[in-house]
Amino acid sequence: MLRFLIGRFFSSFLSIIGATLAVFTLTNFHNDPRLLFVPDSGNGITQEQWDKLGERLGMNDPFHVRYTKWIGRTLRGDLGISLARQMAVTDILKAKIPATLELALGGWAFAILLGIPTGVVAAVYRGTFWDYLARGAALVGQAAPPFVTGLILIYIFNQWITINGAPLLPAGGRNPDFNYKDYILPCVALGWGAAAALMRLTRSSMLEILDSEYIRLARAKGVGFGTVIFKHALRNALIAPVTSALLIFSGWLNGALVVEIIFSWPGIGYDALYRAVNDNDFPLLLGTVFVFILIYLIFATLADIAYTIIDPRVRLN
Amino acid sequence: MTTETALSKANPLFYLKVSWGFLRKYPVLPLVILVVLVIAAIIGPTVAPYERDIGDVRARHNPPGTVDIKFPTKAKGGFDLTSIDISAGTTFTTSYELPTDNRMFDINQNGFLQDEIGWNEESPNTPDILFKTVTQDGDLVIFEIIANEDIIEGGNDVIFLDLQVIRIDTKVLDFWPDGYHFMGNDHVGRDVFSRLLHGAQISMMVVGISLVAGMSIGVTLGLIAGYTAQRYEPNIGFNITYKGKKKRISILSPWLIDELITRFVDIWYALPFLMVALVVTLIFGRGLTVLMGVLALIAWSGFVRVIRAQTLIIRELDFVASAKINGATTFRILYRHIFPGVLNTAVVVATLNTSSLILAESVLSFVGAGIQPPTPAWGVMTNEGRDYLAIAPHQVMVPGGAIFFVVLALNFLGDWLRDRLDPRLRQVD
Repeated sequence: MLRFLIGRFFSSFLSIIGATLAVFTLTNFHNDPRLLFVPDSGNGITQEQWDKLGERLGMNDPFHVRYTKWIGRTLRGDLGISLARQMAVTDILKAKIPATLELALGGWAFAILLGIPTGVVAAVYRGTFWDYLARGAALVGQAAPPFVTGLILIYIFNQWITINGAPLLPAGGRNPDFNYKDYILPCVALGWGAAAALMRLTRSSMLEILDSEYIRLARAKGVGFGTVIFKHALRNALIAPVTSALLIFSGWLNGALVVEIIFSWPGIGYDALYRAVNDNDFPLLLGTVFVFILIYLIFATLADIAYTIIDPRVRLN
Repeated sequence: MTTETALSKANPLFYLKVSWGFLRKYPVLPLVILVVLVIAAIIGPTVAPYERDIGDVRARHNPPGTVDIKFPTKAKGGFDLTSIDISAGTTFTTSYELPTDNRMFDINQNGFLQDEIGWNEESPNTPDILFKTVTQDGDLVIFEIIANEDIIEGGNDVIFLDLQVIRIDTKVLDFWPDGYHFMGNDHVGRDVFSRLLHGAQISMMVVGISLVAGMSIGVTLGLIAGYTAQRYEPNIGFNITYKGKKKRISILSPWLIDELITRFVDIWYALPFLMVALVVTLIFGRGLTVLMGVLALIAWSGFVRVIRAQTLIIRELDFVASAKINGATTFRILYRHIFPGVLNTAVVVATLNTSSLILAESVLSFVGAGIQPPTPAWGVMTNEGRDYLAIAPHQVMVPGGAIFFVVLALNFLGDWLRDRLDPRLRQVD
């Protein structure tokens, strides 16, 4: 276990170095961040100011020195200062991460609570109406892009269904004081596609297990239907869905950005990544990329550890 | 207890059952959708009934099925007939508000403003000019203008029309009357259907090119990785003696190439594609070529693992060994002997990947990193319509529904192809 964690730590470190180095190189060779400070008045700035800016931003150092400095500062928890907003990147990310995390956790809970039970039901009652219903819903979930799902949800629950003229659910925004209604639509929009994927995965692995010898033996011995399903089959069938459920988190930046745009959600995808790209704000961009990869790697490691807990046959090495 | 018996041909249900069985066995409906899409992509822009980027502000947000009312000066607009009880001889007054919004005029500069000027000069108040429009029930209403008046109201140019209904033809909707907007108009009055057709071509082109590019890269790398995997010699390196034991340190050896490729694919899988896309867009700018590059970057990694696994199996077969004995070069073995064996798999993966590429393209265009407005990619159209969800939901539903059905069809077709060509990729279904 310890060996596995150490190995994983080193390979994660390499991944982070690789990804940030790529972003660092590309942004540095293409765009001069000093251009951001040239006022729009058209008068430009003097050479002296230009050089001063370069000095302040550390542009005069050679490339490898700048990168090493960045890595060093990052390891000390300082991601630099956002060019466009004149705030510490760490502060921006700290302020935005909770909103995204809440959204992701809500969507995750929705996906798991909807996907895994329906997958089990569809597998146990294979070929019946419920199976077709669940598979149909999964097809719909996988074929609809997140923004279409989100907009249709807004149309139905915010525009169409109203109670005394007031919309049933708010169409977005995250109020500072907690209101569970704010979370319903964004989380469903985010979790819908993942629920479909989880449902299909649970169903197929459950079918595989239900077909195996030991299940038939257990049934032949007279073990009850429920016990066989939940104790014998489900525990084995959950291996693939659980791993995938943990890995879903990584893919969720994609969905989260779109959902955050649609629901004007003040999260890291929209407020940090998207605006960093639009503002040419490379410290913020690098910081966001770093945080995302970190989150992904943590969840990938957790998925591997969860693997061994659920399925003791798997050994980490 | 009921038993299932074969239906005779005399029973009308027989044909229903046969066709249902056919529909279940073959992906007919997905193929129909995709053929329609391909035809639309090829001839769409030439048959599109209206201009792609020029709309009429007065027709903005018109729901699907609206027919423009023809004025002598070619000005257009729509009436809301839902609130009026129409019967022959009814007289009613309706009004237009000519937009004074600067933005609207900017968009419609090309030839549209002249129409408005012409509208006042050349009064349509001539009784022999007939107008027609279609109610929501599909009735064709023919009416004429009795009087018109142009009033400036609080800075807005409002035109009042007195109309008299001459005739109502029940349910005689022309198949395609002049000025018919099959899918309504968008927020600047452009015809949604025409834009959908143009968008089909652009999306198909982008997705097709990037898929082919990604497939070439992915299959090549997969072949190389599969062929070099677990081959520890020959290698380029040097021998060292360490603690009395001779050891060989290899610098370049076939397995290293495989290791590099698979590791890179693993890392690539880890990156959220939208982040990659946004970073690439930031660096290389927005544009069609960059978008295709981004999509190719997304597409290639899906091929590598599957092709690698396939190559690992094929390279152990006898015909590869005999080709090698006969002196075939590595390139020839890969290209002539192994590649045909992985082609089926590549086609299946490509079909399964197309739908996710279409989704990726629409998401990128939606967030503004892909195709730029006013070019009508379906994602762009959805994004533009989202502010008007309350008043004109068709602007979101039409392009969103188009993406949905195409992706659904591709998923079905991909599953079917997978079962047909490469059942090993299949999970229990």
